[in-house]
Amino acid sequence: MEPYLLSNAVVVVLVGGLAAALASARRSRVWRDAGRELVRRRPIVLAVLLAYVAIGLLDSLAWVSGSSAGTTQGADTVSIHKPRSAIDRLFPDERYREKSYSAPLADREFLGGAPLRHPGRHLLGTDLLGRDVLYQTLKGARVALLVGGFTTLIVIPLALLFGVVAGYFGGRVDDVIFFLISTLASMPSLLLLIALIMVLGRGPVQVCVALGITGWVGFARVVRGETLKLRELDYVHAARALGASDARIVLRHIVPNLMHLVVITFVLTFSGFVLAEAVLSWLGIGIDGSWGRMIDQARDELSRDPIIWWNLVSASVALFGLILAVNLLGDAVRDILDPRTLRERA
Amino acid sequence: MWAYVVRRLAYSLVIILGVLFLLFVLFFLVTTPDDIARKAVGEKAPPQALEQWKKNHGYDKPRFWNREHPADSMLVDHFRRMLTFDFGNSDADDTPIWRRLRSGAGPSLSLTLPLFALGLLLTIPLGLLVAFFRETYIDRMGVVLCVLAMSISTVLYIIGGQYLIARVLRWFPISGFDPSPVVIGRFLAVPVLVGLLAGVGDSVRFYRAVFVEESGRDYVRTARAKGCGEARILVHHVLRNSLVPILTQVVVVIPSLVMGSILLESFFGIPGLGSITVDAINANDFATLRTMVYLGSLLFILGQILTDVSYTLVDPRVRLE
Amino acid sequence: MSTPVAPAPRHDPETVLDVRGLVTSFPGPNHRLAVVDGVDLTLARGETLALVGESGCGKSLTALSILRLVPKPGRIDRGTVRLGARDLRALPVTELRRVRGHEISMIFQEPMTSLNPVVTAGKQVVEAIRLHERVSSTQARRRALTLFEQVGIPDPASRLNAYPHQLSGGMKQRVMIAMALAARPSVLIADEPTTALDVTIQGQILDLLRELRDQLGTAILLITHDLGIVNELADRIAVMYAGHLVEVGTRRDILAAPRHPYTQGLLRSIPARAQRGERLAEIAGVVPPPGQWPTGCRFAPRCTRAFEPCTRLDPGPTRLSANHTAWCHAVAQEEGSSPVGGVPA
Repeated sequence: MEPYLLSNAVVVVLVGGLAAALASARRSRVWRDAGRELVRRRPIVLAVLLAYVAIGLLDSLAWVSGSSAGTTQGADTVSIHKPRSAIDRLFPDERYREKSYSAPLADREFLGGAPLRHPGRHLLGTDLLGRDVLYQTLKGARVALLVGGFTTLIVIPLALLFGVVAGYFGGRVDDVIFFLISTLASMPSLLLLIALIMVLGRGPVQVCVALGITGWVGFARVVRGETLKLRELDYVHAARALGASDARIVLRHIVPNLMHLVVITFVLTFSGFVLAEAVLSWLGIGIDGSWGRMIDQARDELSRDPIIWWNLVSASVALFGLILAVNLLGDAVRDILDPRTLRERA
Repeated sequence: MWAYVVRRLAYSLVIILGVLFLLFVLFFLVTTPDDIARKAVGEKAPPQALEQWKKNHGYDKPRFWNREHPADSMLVDHFRRMLTFDFGNSDADDTPIWRRLRSGAGPSLSLTLPLFALGLLLTIPLGLLVAFFRETYIDRMGVVLCVLAMSISTVLYIIGGQYLIARVLRWFPISGFDPSPVVIGRFLAVPVLVGLLAGVGDSVRFYRAVFVEESGRDYVRTARAKGCGEARILVHHVLRNSLVPILTQVVVVIPSLVMGSILLESFFGIPGLGSITVDAINANDFATLRTMVYLGSLLFILGQILTDVSYTLVDPRVRLE
Repeated sequence: MSTPVAPAPRHDPETVLDVRGLVTSFPGPNHRLAVVDGVDLTLARGETLALVGESGCGKSLTALSILRLVPKPGRIDRGTVRLGARDLRALPVTELRRVRGHEISMIFQEPMTSLNPVVTAGKQVVEAIRLHERVSSTQARRRALTLFEQVGIPDPASRLNAYPHQLSGGMKQRVMIAMALAARPSVLIADEPTTALDVTIQGQILDLLRELRDQLGTAILLITHDLGIVNELADRIAVMYAGHLVEVGTRRDILAAPRHPYTQGLLRSIPARAQRGERLAEIAGVVPPPGQWPTGCRFAPRCTRAFEPCTRLDPGPTRLSANHTAWCHAVAQEEGSSPVGGVPA
């Protein structure tokens, strides 16, 4: 199968899965109220995040053009059949590609002053290779969502699994899992990340895997601690006395009580991963096309005079906007799901 | 208490063995010695050159089990050497790793020690201040500022800081390092400043949360009923009781200070251990990288033991058995 | 909402604490709820007044309001709290701090959490002294030692250096009492001082309070839900229900001849009074939470003697004797007077 079809399928599955999760959450009064409260408190933040997600989605589904009519200037037959996403199609090369730097909304090239191929069309200018900066910034959203969201979606179930099993069953199982957690936790995360990427390779999948390996440990430890506490609650004892199986107890009583932690951790981990990727890009081992990579490529240009600032600022603002929105959302979510306020509202 | 420390050390040894095993898996199984050799010598190098290189760097032995000399395998070698701090030579340029470690420790500490100390001196009082004004608009503004500050990537702080201070204001040199005592400050000023700024949002928010949480406790109400002023309450009562969560964050990093800061050193040209790590990345120097991860883990584990011990110093209820 | 029994223009030198029309509120789902809804209390020099009621009636908050220790988001909306000639509500915080611990002290219900866990008991008492008196730390320590002896802490010298977690519950409460009396206050507010203690220790603490009161002449405002304690210590008793006072009188008035149906119900339901084989008496229904108070008299839904005006008008005070007042339409009817200044819903 074509690789792009596979990645399309992954996206569809992810979005479908999230929709299903949201639908099932709506059935519970606590989550519905929490959701409504969230919309009430942070409408702007939610709108901003939705915008990011929408842009990311627009860039996630790629397909190949039907017609091969209208060959583009300088393009060969291979590239016509390259799968392109909606964002790619908004910024086709024939309408947006320059030779090199140009300032936002300029008519002329930055170095040398030659007239641009598409004067006035670049809202945020172009970079070293003549690519439109707005286009690149928009594409960065997908990478950020991939790094943050996708990786977190892998990390959280993994951490839940290990943490609950360790906390609930105790004994040898707990010893082994706790040892594993402690070992990973003892290794400084940035160094471990670097080592993992050096060893696994520098592709996007490897970076996500590396982030996942370093990221699951913290949450697993928290889950284990909470499970240990929950296991001793009276109603769990009662359920066991009534003959409920372990699986039932875990699924019905323990996991639902961890959900508020899951949501809060999701938000925190998301921004942590995106920021970590920026650092990795800085060190040269990040993901291509990410805002971190844009910033890294732009930093050398700061020493020029006059300076080239638009690509750096654009990527920085996009990165900052996402992280800020996620942090603000996370704070609101933490307040709303705080067990103390949950009890009061009940 | 010493029985506890000994037991912790013993368990830590087990963890270290776990770390070493994980490192072995990563650096010898996931990445094979052939890969490493190829990266060092070149993709198109002839097999003899690869073999020769592997021999020189000790990568030519069987990985797990040597039939002729059972103890002479890479696995055993790896464990033995790491545990005895025999790090060997760099994969990239063949220099002894120990020598580079020794030369890098000083510059790293000259950066991280002031950064650490100034960080505490700055963020804890700020946290107290914001907690003092809790629920007023000073507090709210403070929290907003913290969230804003936290949302800016460290990378951006470095770029921005360097640009503003070194280029625009031209107060300090852009980068570089000179260990002589008079001049060293000029080169450390910008990285320390940048490092402080990058961390202040996160720390102040954390300390504020801890202080505000403690301020709601019953014994604070008692103190107030005795006639204690809010300022005294914060400093004498709340701060003392907040030390356990604070120490948890603070003490654990102390041993790791010697490892320096990867970002700050590489950007500002400070030749510390962080720089060495970045060089290792660029040169595919797996031996050095391995050593760095190992040392980092050791220091972190040491930090955790120190943290536990530090609890006994500040909280009379904590007794390590 | 009850109106004051009489306006309080002059300051009576025998009255040490005079609370009038105290209203303390907390935010509710739609608007603020007055959890303390117009309470008047007076405390004479050396007297012990017990403020009695079930959990949630507002008695603890009344006590906290006196020293302006109401936790946010609560706040005191109305009323005056006179200590001598001064209104504590109007004092700037710096002066209020001089009152706290020095003229009015407070001890709390939970000795476990009410002491600073990382500071020795001795140092906490010393702090209470040195906040209000200019003495050296050695002098303060000596005084702390004396206080420890006074409150009956065995081996006081070594206990000065003990941390709270090394002390038993009863011992901790003694430390709290020592701290509270350290700066020689004229009023001690004791908020459920024995509720969290073992029954055997409760008696000891009560004896201690009585001794100290007799020795030092301290006026005590005792907050409790336990009528047994009230019998031991109180000179006068005030009964609260759902934010209101319902009956105030001397110990004999209330315990021997209560007039308000709620007070009567409370006394009837004491297990010690029940005969063998008899069903324990109870008051039907539950206390309405703040915000769900019925119109008219708040006790009416549970009252066996409720009649027409009870669901319409909040009863005003009916003066039964010099020291005995009840807020009840039925009582007012018995006395042949109409309720004074009841407020329609």
